[in-house]
Amino acid sequence: MSDATSTGAGPRPRRNLLAALEIDTRLLGMIGAFFVICMVFNVWTEGRFLTPRNIFNLTIQTVSVAIMATGMVFVIVTRHIDLSVGALLATCSAVMAMTQTEILPNALGLGFGHPLIPWVTILVGVVTGVIIGAFHGYLIGYLTIPAFIVTLGGLLVWRNVAWFLTRGQTIGPLDETFQTLGGINGTLGETGSWILGGLAAAAAIWGLWSVRRNKIRHDFPVKPVWAEVTLAAIVVAAILGFVATLNAYEIPVRRLAQMFEARGEVMPEGLTVGYGVPYSVLLLIAIATVMTIVAQKTRLGRYIFAAGGNPDAAELSGIDTRLLTVKVFAIVGALCALSAVVASARLTFHSNDIGTLDELRVIAAAVIGGTALAGGVGTIYGAILGALIMQSLQSGMAMVGVDAPYQNIVVGVVLVVAVLVDIIYRRRTGDRI
Amino acid sequence: MTIDRSGTPLVEMRDMVKSFGGIHAVDHVTVNLYPGEVVGILGHNGAGKSVLMKMLSGAIQRDAGDIVVKGQPAQIGNPRDARRYRIETIYQYLALADNLDAAANLFLGRELVTPLGLVDDAQMEAETRKIMKRLNPNFRRYTAPVKALSGGQRQSVAIARAVYFNAEILIMDEPTAALGVEETRMVAELIDELKRQGIGIFLIDHDIHQVKALCDRASVMKNGQLVGTVDVHRATEDDLLGMIIAGKNPEHLAA
Repeated sequence: MSDATSTGAGPRPRRNLLAALEIDTRLLGMIGAFFVICMVFNVWTEGRFLTPRNIFNLTIQTVSVAIMATGMVFVIVTRHIDLSVGALLATCSAVMAMTQTEILPNALGLGFGHPLIPWVTILVGVVTGVIIGAFHGYLIGYLTIPAFIVTLGGLLVWRNVAWFLTRGQTIGPLDETFQTLGGINGTLGETGSWILGGLAAAAAIWGLWSVRRNKIRHDFPVKPVWAEVTLAAIVVAAILGFVATLNAYEIPVRRLAQMFEARGEVMPEGLTVGYGVPYSVLLLIAIATVMTIVAQKTRLGRYIFAAGGNPDAAELSGIDTRLLTVKVFAIVGALCALSAVVASARLTFHSNDIGTLDELRVIAAAVIGGTALAGGVGTIYGAILGALIMQSLQSGMAMVGVDAPYQNIVVGVVLVVAVLVDIIYRRRTGDRI
Repeated sequence: MTIDRSGTPLVEMRDMVKSFGGIHAVDHVTVNLYPGEVVGILGHNGAGKSVLMKMLSGAIQRDAGDIVVKGQPAQIGNPRDARRYRIETIYQYLALADNLDAAANLFLGRELVTPLGLVDDAQMEAETRKIMKRLNPNFRRYTAPVKALSGGQRQSVAIARAVYFNAEILIMDEPTAALGVEETRMVAELIDELKRQGIGIFLIDHDIHQVKALCDRASVMKNGQLVGTVDVHRATEDDLLGMIIAGKNPEHLAA
């Protein structure tokens, strides 16, 4: 926390640019680290890392882990851990694969390709995730079994429940509409993406403006106008830049021709069409927005952070911390199910090993993103950025031809170093962990 | 200031009993409290004073006994119930969530919300500024997490929380134990101010000087039982020590 934000009434001379902008320096550090990683790999791969194509792929590869990482933030903030997210993803994926390829079309007689199938499937998956997650939360909150043990057990149980349900077989192909949630098979297109970008930019400006208006109404100190404008400009540029990049990745001509052929039309000569923002990324943005509002603007979020900061104080303030634990793990369960939608849709089938080791990636993403294992501290955007950093490292190393074992060694070292840097940072800024 | 003890007490705890396993933590203890009065609850560690007070604040369930608030029997099953009877507790170490700011702590469990049901941080901060201006005019750090505050500032946030919600009965668990001289004086002034407003305070404390300075009466406990309740203004420090250490009740000082 920067001290500049904690002055009382009345203006005080701003020490420097960063203080005036009131940007979280930890966030800035993470963006800086991400930037360095991108630059290094870009030079190393002779410019192949920062192409629209690779950025597009990087984005869709990050979504599944990032969705679960937003939930892991709540778990770690409340001083728990969830080692079962990858296994839970597999069980949800297995349930959904069976629902859409067997139960709905055959047993219930809807037939393949029925428009209701993907939505009913997702609902079934989310309900499954919520029930399992809430059950974990019950064991942890009410029966006081440590989360580490419950979810370690859960890791073994749900991984193999998934195997049991499918008898270890791969199930696919999945419903065509369902597959559009996987990434490249479903995008907004160029126009849709620009509209989305415009709306997002407008929402960001409105958000900044309403915060400022609210502060003025209560006579609280506000940032100088130029700082607000600079901040807004940076945010808008980032949003529109992201959209432009995803739009710049063009659908290959051969594939485009097939798409026209499928519709019985002839492709105009020289036509190029960009992919735009994938639906899966849209889903991640929606989840991130909802989770951020929950964290910062709802009682549930306030209690999650209070319980993480001081469980006794939370309890003495009349907060039902046991029920809170159930809610937190139920949220993670729902997010595992949504992650399973994206992960299986991206593969176009359910496979036995889906989500394997994801629990470690998800925990690493949350921790690299600044979530303190001691509880009480963490942000949703940090976890998503953490997931992006991990994925960039992994795919960057794959691109430059680093062998798989070395990749894992590097990722492991980065995780430990990231936490060390965070500890040093907190000590410097006077925060206790 | 003389306390009028002719009317109905603010709160009476009659024949309170609490056991943990075979240990009688509180063994048929009766205490009461009148408006504008500070009653010290004294005793060694393990004498049962915290358990007694936690039964009043709803953190612990009593095995037997009656709690009577302003003449009416009170059912206190959890901290929320206690708050309904305008009973607030200020714990020495447990009071605040370190990672949240002053306003979030002040309203913890009772957040103000916007019409949409979202927490109204700006409104809560405004209210916090208002009450802190009254209680601790030097307080400035409204948006810092409370772990960045000094012990006295933290204590004033905890006290502000009780005052804001119109507490009539206040339980303070060693409110000055972690504080320096100047900050202790500040808390003592706050307690005087609360007394003038007619609030009754149970003060759990080890420090005899502190008790002599702040309390009107003292109820001394030993091994879960009540040794006696005395008028602090007439009792000497030796009298109090005799009660705490030897369990000797000076009958002529009874109050």
